[in-house]
Amino acid sequence: MSKNNSEYLIERNDNIYEVVIGLEVHAQVTSNSKLFSSSSTKFGAEPNTQVSLVDAAFPGMLPVINEYCVKQAIKTGIGLKAKINNKSVFDRKNYFYADLPQGYQISQYKYPIVGEGNVILDMPEGQKQVGIERLHLEQDAGKSIHDIDPSNTLVDLNRSGVALMEIVSKPDLRSPDEVNAYIKKLRSIMRYLGTCDGNMQEGSLRADVNVSVRIKGSTKLGTRCEIKNVNSIKFMQMAIIYEANRQVDLIEEGEEIDQETRLFDTKKNETRSMRSKEDAHDYRYFPDPDLLPLKITDEFIDQLKSEIPELPDDKKKRFIDEFKISSYEATILVSDIDTAKYFEEVVAKMGKNRDMKLAVNWITGELFAVLNNKNIEIAHSPISAKNLAKLINLIKNGTISGKIAKTIFELMMDGDIDPQIIVEEKGLKQQSDPKALEALIDKIINDNREKAIEYKQGKEKLFGFFVGQAMKASGGKANPQLINEILKKKL
Amino acid sequence: MTEITSLSLFELIKNIKEKKISSNEAAKSFVDRSEKSKKLNTYVTENFENCLKLSKEFDNKPNFDLKLPGIPIAVKDLFCTNEVRTTAGSNILNNFVPSYESTVTQNIWNEGGILLGKLNCDEFAMGSSNETSFFGNVQNPIAKDLVPGGSSGGSSSALAANLTPVTIGTDTGGSIRQPASFTGTVGLKPTYGSCSRYGIVAFASSLDQAGPMSKDVKDSSILLEVISSFDKKDSTSIDFKRNNYSSELTRNIKGIKIGIPKEYRVDGMPDEIENLWKKGIEYAKDCGAEIIDISLPHTSYALPTYYIVAPAEASSNLARYDGVKYGLRSSGESLIDMYEKTRSEGFGEEVKRRIMIGTYVLSSGYYDAYYLKAQKVRQLIKKDFDEAYNKVDAILTPSTPSSAFKIGEKSNDPVSMYLNDIFTVPVNLAGLPGISIPAGRDKNNYPLGLQIIGKPFDEQTVLNIAYSMEEKINYKNNITDWWME
Amino acid sequence: MVLCDIIFYHMTIDLKTVKHISKLARISLEEKKAEKLADDMNSIFEFIEKLNELKTENVEPLTSIAETTLRFREDKITSDNIREKILKNSPEKNDDFFVVPKVVE
Repeated sequence: MSKNNSEYLIERNDNIYEVVIGLEVHAQVTSNSKLFSSSSTKFGAEPNTQVSLVDAAFPGMLPVINEYCVKQAIKTGIGLKAKINNKSVFDRKNYFYADLPQGYQISQYKYPIVGEGNVILDMPEGQKQVGIERLHLEQDAGKSIHDIDPSNTLVDLNRSGVALMEIVSKPDLRSPDEVNAYIKKLRSIMRYLGTCDGNMQEGSLRADVNVSVRIKGSTKLGTRCEIKNVNSIKFMQMAIIYEANRQVDLIEEGEEIDQETRLFDTKKNETRSMRSKEDAHDYRYFPDPDLLPLKITDEFIDQLKSEIPELPDDKKKRFIDEFKISSYEATILVSDIDTAKYFEEVVAKMGKNRDMKLAVNWITGELFAVLNNKNIEIAHSPISAKNLAKLINLIKNGTISGKIAKTIFELMMDGDIDPQIIVEEKGLKQQSDPKALEALIDKIINDNREKAIEYKQGKEKLFGFFVGQAMKASGGKANPQLINEILKKKL
Repeated sequence: MTEITSLSLFELIKNIKEKKISSNEAAKSFVDRSEKSKKLNTYVTENFENCLKLSKEFDNKPNFDLKLPGIPIAVKDLFCTNEVRTTAGSNILNNFVPSYESTVTQNIWNEGGILLGKLNCDEFAMGSSNETSFFGNVQNPIAKDLVPGGSSGGSSSALAANLTPVTIGTDTGGSIRQPASFTGTVGLKPTYGSCSRYGIVAFASSLDQAGPMSKDVKDSSILLEVISSFDKKDSTSIDFKRNNYSSELTRNIKGIKIGIPKEYRVDGMPDEIENLWKKGIEYAKDCGAEIIDISLPHTSYALPTYYIVAPAEASSNLARYDGVKYGLRSSGESLIDMYEKTRSEGFGEEVKRRIMIGTYVLSSGYYDAYYLKAQKVRQLIKKDFDEAYNKVDAILTPSTPSSAFKIGEKSNDPVSMYLNDIFTVPVNLAGLPGISIPAGRDKNNYPLGLQIIGKPFDEQTVLNIAYSMEEKINYKNNITDWWME
Repeated sequence: MVLCDIIFYHMTIDLKTVKHISKLARISLEEKKAEKLADDMNSIFEFIEKLNELKTENVEPLTSIAETTLRFREDKITSDNIREKILKNSPEKNDDFFVVPKVVE
């Protein structure tokens, strides 16, 4: 096994295999009510309390489409630089399952609402374009619960009928790293657009992973297996590694790979064939006669285009051009919409004399560390962008030192306190009066005569010692630049 | 005075408005007669006590501005009715009590109608003789052991036997018009999208339409006016300007062009049907209509098309009856075992047959050859009508290729049963309005019907032609109450 | 469309097919009934196959009789919690859930 850039290669008996991955991402559409019914989509409600007669498929109940969900799908399509189809059709996908009350899922088969598009990934070795095959709208199923009742399966239909976007990529991904980047990029775009919250813990983003392997250099696709419903990037990556190696082993042993649907067992870290649906593969798609074709005018699409916010790729470009920050820094700052918003607010609040370097460092350094430690989203940051900007400005104009700033930063977290107030109350203002500092340094040199002589004789390392002593004597408040200057002069 | 139960809806409304008859008196009469008519097996669920109670409430606080003031009405058991059992004639829904009301029935109650009970029908409306009902055969009041037609057989029988002043049925391939024809009554299938399908147990979504059944044409116009409405809860409901069908009803059809499609002259059609049709053409001329020969070249492909489209949609529509949420559940060792046993025990033979056909034509490898093909032919059938309507305002045909047959006569031969719908099915495939009116009798004195097919949304013309011809035909049912002896 | 023609002209539905279809439709079938059903289906398909007389390559399929577009609903929550009503008719009683035989994935 070797790793070459972001490619994932498997070596066996002098053969080098590459893995070919395509993803079918199921993204829950952000909306108040369901795709074809008016019940709530809110996560975490008591079982079966958000179920309408339509969702539970009572006799004679009919679907009526939610306009907002259609708009959300089109917006996402625009975000994926994809073709929006003026006519699309809802089909029924027929199969029996306990959490599928209609006995069919309303989906789009032949004529999806969104056609081909693409997504740009920022990989360490450069950008990579991943093709989007299509995006279509469909209903989510309910939830089967197997672990409450030992002898029965219980069914909760709260999720039944919630709108999903199925985003199908082309088989353009070549490694678990690229899958990671792809999912994160999709998630980022949808969060910018407000079309999917991307919350993987709550199941708002899941994926079916299609994996095949082939000898590197070959252009023919191998037989693929579909790993169903994986709900975290880590599990996707583990499943891909397991599955790719399983397939290589089979090929090396001269065996055939069955095209099949497999499940990823997160406890055993392996994929296995799904037995329960083995004879239910004929979905008998046909146009849903309860619904008419969905026709979208160009004016409707143009209106939505005008509502599209700046997306991560454009924002990144602008950050680099406008703020003169590095591509790497920009990538980090735009990756999540809330981070980008925070950053832009800090920049705005810093005013004319802004210091981009400080802003980037403080956000990606101190602030990220705190958020990470406390497991807080940046949208709920304990320190507001306004106050962080003030803190940065205090450093920039020399009121406080970087070191003192860290102390103040800690104190600010206790209720988003204005750093100016902390500086005044605690008397943390930097000592920048040259006369006072000169007196302080004279005393230190006097107290450490021998070391001063050693320094003059060439032991330059001792310079740091004097700086340390001066800072200590000032209670950390001395302006380090001034200390340096005065020490150099006096020693 | 004539018996209350033999009054037309129009006369009954008039009497109630003039306070000559109270709603409760009317309800009592229909309940009494229904009680004495159990041999017909028309009711699946009776709502008699509640109907009497509600009629009293109406009389205490009458509102004569309503279109159906305190009128008791029994409906086909395919309409979901709030807190009243709804079975669709199936064992699988034997115990199902909806907590909601279909739009069509709600429209009736909103106009003052009162539910008398739920009427027998073929299971999930799949049948032409009411013999597929889990709740047994329905007798045709015309003669003993005669089928009342189907699938709205309980409705046609109850209507002809004067157990309800009017009723509503549903029509997917002829299920209103054929039973009307078999019982000497009037049945109208409106344009697809006129009456909401919300709350009607679905058979084939692209074909199903509810419609009025009545003793004469005027009554159908009154009832259509009540039940036809635009409904946001049904995505296929159409928002068009609906006429005031009853007040706009007229016998002035002078100059109206009526087409006679030569393809409806089918092989082996009995002479009496041919003669009925000829007589019908004469009546139409007498009314001032202009008769024009037309061609609907794809007529003979309608039945094969229907027997792909309807079962395909049904196979999917009936997937929800799986023993999980409501209705019958048979015990099984696993989920799949439970499904298979529930559906095997819950559905009758004809329903299973159609689910099987539908599943087959949609299955992998056959979709293009059957389902897609059928949809294309459906387009051709619709275009036939579109072209015909460039020349004519309406089309006149027989309603059925034969009169009512004996119970059991065709129940073992599905294809010969399906052939019953040969004249009605094209109308559903093209989504057009069609009415059957009684027009004569066969050699056994069984009623025969004529069908008038109209342009989309032109129910008014259909009703007007039917209304004029009805006067000339002057047909009266001859019911002997044989079942009461 | 050569394949279609083969299906049309040489098709008979055998017992194996009937059993496969009944599996898809989730309807258990006794052997005897399966045979009868195969016979019925064959006679029905015999008359259905009349459609093959028609050339339809250039015909648009008719999926919906209403020639309009899908009507939109506003994104509003108008359904309340009706759990009691939803579960009232369920064959196996439970206050919170629908209950089915244990599913092993």
